[in-house]
Amino acid sequence: MKLFPIRGGIHPEYHKELSGERAIEPLPLPQRLYIPVQQHIGAPAEILVAEGDLLKKGQVIARRQGAVSAHQHAPTSGIVLAVTEIPAPHPSGLPQSTIVIEPDGRDDWTALPDPIPDPFAVAPGTIAERVAESGIVGMGGATFPSAVKLNLGIQHRIETLLINGAECEPYLTCDDRLMREHADAIIDGARIMAHVLGAPRIVVGIEENKPQALAAITVAASAFPNIEIATLPVKYPMGSERHLTLAVTGLETPARKLTADLGVVVHNVATARAVHQAVRFGRPLIARVVTVSGGAIRTPRNIETPIGARVADLIDFCGGFAQRPERLIQGGPMMGTPLPNLDVPVVKGMSGILALTAAEINDRPSDPCIRCGACVNICACGLTPVELAAHIRHDDLDGAAKLGLLDCVSCGSCSWVCPSHIPLVHYFNYAKGALIAQDRQQRKTERTKTLVEAHAARQERIAAARAANRKPKATTDHGVQA
Amino acid sequence: MSQTVATISGPFAHSTNSVQRTMLTVLLALTPATVCNLYLFGWPSIFLFGVTIGACVIAEAVSLLLAGGSLTRTLTDGSAILTGWLLALTLPPWAPWWIGVLGAIFAIPLAKQAFGGLGQNLFNPAMVARVALLVSFPVVMTAWVAPHPLFTANAPSLHDAITITFGGQIPDGVTAATALGYVKTELSRGIPVFQSLAEYGHQSTLPYIPDLMDLATGYKAGSLGETSAVLILAGGLFLIRRRIITWHIPVMVMGTLFVMGTLFNLLDPARFAPGLFHLFSGATFLGAFFIATDYVTSPVSVRGQLIFGFGVGLLTWVIRTFAGYPEGMAFAVLLMNSLTPIIDQYTRPRLFGRTRTGEPLPIKVPS
Repeated sequence: MKLFPIRGGIHPEYHKELSGERAIEPLPLPQRLYIPVQQHIGAPAEILVAEGDLLKKGQVIARRQGAVSAHQHAPTSGIVLAVTEIPAPHPSGLPQSTIVIEPDGRDDWTALPDPIPDPFAVAPGTIAERVAESGIVGMGGATFPSAVKLNLGIQHRIETLLINGAECEPYLTCDDRLMREHADAIIDGARIMAHVLGAPRIVVGIEENKPQALAAITVAASAFPNIEIATLPVKYPMGSERHLTLAVTGLETPARKLTADLGVVVHNVATARAVHQAVRFGRPLIARVVTVSGGAIRTPRNIETPIGARVADLIDFCGGFAQRPERLIQGGPMMGTPLPNLDVPVVKGMSGILALTAAEINDRPSDPCIRCGACVNICACGLTPVELAAHIRHDDLDGAAKLGLLDCVSCGSCSWVCPSHIPLVHYFNYAKGALIAQDRQQRKTERTKTLVEAHAARQERIAAARAANRKPKATTDHGVQA
Repeated sequence: MSQTVATISGPFAHSTNSVQRTMLTVLLALTPATVCNLYLFGWPSIFLFGVTIGACVIAEAVSLLLAGGSLTRTLTDGSAILTGWLLALTLPPWAPWWIGVLGAIFAIPLAKQAFGGLGQNLFNPAMVARVALLVSFPVVMTAWVAPHPLFTANAPSLHDAITITFGGQIPDGVTAATALGYVKTELSRGIPVFQSLAEYGHQSTLPYIPDLMDLATGYKAGSLGETSAVLILAGGLFLIRRRIITWHIPVMVMGTLFVMGTLFNLLDPARFAPGLFHLFSGATFLGAFFIATDYVTSPVSVRGQLIFGFGVGLLTWVIRTFAGYPEGMAFAVLLMNSLTPIIDQYTRPRLFGRTRTGEPLPIKVPS
């Protein structure tokens, strides 16, 4: 199919050969599972269980609250050991409410919702509700609750459902393996989602460095004339939602709008499979495929792991470390974040666990900027990182904002390409955070000002009222005196 | 700011490129032409080349010591060597040693470090030095010689070379005009350009017929960097292939120069030199590929680079054709350097999802 060019982009070393040829393997059931109540964008789920409760596999243990939230389910049967706070898989390592489960080894399923045998005959709302009840979130890493995204069809006319199989991050092969091994489930999930969205057309976008996945998906989709396969050029960040939409449809999403405003909704391949399982079998999202890779891992693997297994369990399953890792990352090396330690659990959005050596990261102290312009040429968002950095260095955050700082998607291409090794993304993240804090402070100040003014006005009114009350009295007094 | 906050942002992968590697690649690209010309102009040129680069490195070290910065890291980035190398390529090959030393002082402490060091200078340091030397010492800076290849009968011996470089005495009868200089002088005497072009070469000590071949191979009078156009061109193409530079600036510089030359030559061949002559003489290739493309002093965006290259080409032609100096590349580059910040400001790429003015794009409703 005809593709549209996207601006910029880079060609990092992909290292996908480390794990790409290894079939998905299930993780042996760990001793403990740790289920954080917030594994998604939105409100944390409300805990429904207490210490000592017996759980069945698939049972809801924390319930979504509010419009944007997601259920958590028990990944296996067992007992609740504790409801406590442990460090979250986040660079801050801050503690988060977590349900600790000791599996009983029986893996007994709870009574699951009935399978929906013909989802295309069922109202879209019913399916979206099933997706919500199954705790499904965007599994590409963004972890936005999928049901909310499926309901975009209510307010928008959706023309195209775009299934994202680009997997443009280096090292990661979990989506590649899923497409090779579960192509039918992905296509079925995609068709169900298109039905919910009311989208007549489905496009599966896959980078051309995954020929087996392309072949498998092409075969699986061949029976359905409304599904097209887009063979994408290998280029980072092709998998970015807006850039993928542009490459496949030629539509450029306006700033601060959604792709849905242009009639396009993007879902990840793993999400499509999760929807298939929820609708066809009533199974909630309690496991995911994680790529464990990097030069410091003895045997890189693609592991189907229950949510809540510790990162250490997965690394042990890969034979541990072959050498001391310089950095432990969750996600890919471009947009992933450092793991605070090995005891944090696998969560729904964790696509990869990477133990990288110093040589792989190739980081070093930064040199002065020589204005080579590489960052300007490769920025897929059309930013001028060299200028942004100069403004931020001089604490001119508003100047940086005027140049489009908040349009930056933090893809990391500029930092990757910089010959001076300037941590540009770090600058931008700092500045974005500072701008948000500044904005919050300003709103607070304005609110205080309004309150003070209201208070002053009230005081004045009271004083005026008092004076008014006193006046007749004073006249009377005067009268008496007179 | 970044000193107090631990770097926890990605990416956790980087390209293998570095400042040092970039500089070394440029030096590598300059090597063939330089070696060829050092051979053609012999020992005096080798002395001057060494003195200029050495003086630049020392000037850089002294500046850094005075500024209290890190010596090793900055000195090893190769930028001072590159500045010295480029400056040496623009000097008359038999110029005395102090020209190289003064040039280094203009280039490094004044044009580079005073602005804040690597990456901060507004003007190309080598060109600042060349222009400062040219206006201060016009006689020395225009004492060009014809090639005297090493190991030939005409070549100055090591002893002669010491007298030339360190004694500042160029023997009589060896100086020669550059092609650009000759044509300009003859024109001022009323000799039409086509005639002087045909005569050029008979004026030199070498019995050769002036044609494009000679201009290209370097067997003519001129600076180290202007005489072997073909090797400089090869080095430039190597830089493009290695993705150190892109084609935009060089093609615009050469294209503009060629088009202007050709156009005006067609109008009046007695007054204006042809486009090919402009292309193959003077510092056209060195300027287009190695000087105008200097990262620090040229625009960062592709559109900016196209405008910049056009400006350099146009100004070079204007200065060569109408001004008092036969060669205008250095002036053209410096003039355009001063415009770089404003070019950068007006040639930023369009932001994704926004119009050129920064407004969000209108929503196109799918048909």
